[in-house]
Amino acid sequence: MALGMYEQIARNKRASWVLMSTVVLLLLALGFTIGLAYWGSVEGGLGFLGLFGVVAIVWSLISYYAGAGMALAVSGAREVDHGTEPQLWNVVEEMSIAAGLPMPRVYVIESEAPNAFATGRDPAHAAVAVTRGLLQKLNREQLQGVIGHELSHVRNYDIRFATLVGIMVGMIALIADFFLRSTFWGFGGRRRSGGGGGIQAIFFVVALALAILAPLSARLVQFAISRKREYLADASAVQLTRNPSGLADALQKIAADPTPLRRANRATAHLYISNPVRKLRERANLFDTHPPIADRIRILRAMAYETPTQEDLAAL
Amino acid sequence: MSVVAVKGETVVAVLVIVAIVVLLGIVLAAMYNSLVRRRNQVDNSWSQIDVQLKRRHDLIPNLVEAVKDYMAYEQETLSRVTEARAAAVAAGGRGPEAQARAEGALTETLRSLFAVAENYPELKANQNVMSLQEELTATENKISFARQFYNDSVLTYNNKIQTVPTNVIAGLFNFTRREFFETQTEAEREPVKVDLR
Repeated sequence: MALGMYEQIARNKRASWVLMSTVVLLLLALGFTIGLAYWGSVEGGLGFLGLFGVVAIVWSLISYYAGAGMALAVSGAREVDHGTEPQLWNVVEEMSIAAGLPMPRVYVIESEAPNAFATGRDPAHAAVAVTRGLLQKLNREQLQGVIGHELSHVRNYDIRFATLVGIMVGMIALIADFFLRSTFWGFGGRRRSGGGGGIQAIFFVVALALAILAPLSARLVQFAISRKREYLADASAVQLTRNPSGLADALQKIAADPTPLRRANRATAHLYISNPVRKLRERANLFDTHPPIADRIRILRAMAYETPTQEDLAAL
Repeated sequence: MSVVAVKGETVVAVLVIVAIVVLLGIVLAAMYNSLVRRRNQVDNSWSQIDVQLKRRHDLIPNLVEAVKDYMAYEQETLSRVTEARAAAVAAGGRGPEAQARAEGALTETLRSLFAVAENYPELKANQNVMSLQEELTATENKISFARQFYNDSVLTYNNKIQTVPTNVIAGLFNFTRREFFETQTEAEREPVKVDLR
């Protein structure tokens, strides 16, 4: 299965929208069945969705606007400029020119573990952070591949996309939790006053099952989306650098490095180019935020040999 | 009764026609706007190439100044770089094609300068020369990425003004095709002659 970068980009975009629709459907199914179970009507379910929608949106807006600064602070990143890190600055500027993006802010994390992440809600507020270890261990071409990957997250609005998915997954969790608790504490009294009888009882059982299963499956879909966006960023990086080998070599070096990144945790793990929390696991896992690095390297290598586009377009 | 019914039908028909006209207007305006946006992107990405080319023109005298003491025997190589730079500066504003040719020639002289510099180990130990070389490498890359983005923008724009339905709007409002920025010189474009005798 050797696909060119344009096919890779199109395929990963399609896949993430399909997954996104799955989350929306889960959310609607949960809201409606709980509404029917409680009030015996669709309107009740809609009101329920609306109430939790407001809570989830407000909550996510806060993380959306404050998230970038928080992620940078938590990772211990320090802002640099052309004077202090000329090569890093130049490579970031090269990639932002290739992507047609404004120049992002550039940060360095003083850690030996080679890694990098991008953050910011839109291209105008973007920031790229790399570790000292990455700068020491990669050559210019490999660094370009990594920065291309990070700027692709910015260009593809991945932070916004992840926030959107997060809002819905959060809503599903909240609604399911609320329903299970109220049922447990016998808050379901209003249910009987509706007078729906047998059908309502069936809906109640369905709602109970959904409330238990939906949060877990929504979470799994969220991880699957995150993995698709990583593949997408890899393919988009190649579109910028026209050099799949640079990123493939960089991923190989990052994967081979045993140094752990101390300042990263589960909350910020999904931002990095390579998962800094769990490392060197061979089997793909449903709960992974990142696809297996070997798979990413394999796809990039295939791009290097199978596409004529590199010569066609770079020769212009 | 019948008069009222006819009146009702007329009102409906008029409303339908008005709705169609309004909808058509919105669609046409959207197409026009997207063409303007594409054209602005082409202009903007062209100016980005220009910025980087100027930066390269500014860096070269510094480089020549820094290396000339070490490379006293390479006067010819150095003067070729200086001449090519002057020609590239002069070609500015003569359109993508002329400019691309002059810049391509300058790139070649720079390449031969760096190749010759390999023979001077003390040059590579010089911090000033090293950082100038990083800046020139970066500028070369920026030029080629800016060119890549410019050419992509031109491709999307040209496709838009030549394909249905936007070509109608393009014809009406005089949107014209743009040139690609190609760096190949005449010599590079010629097929390689293989002499097997």
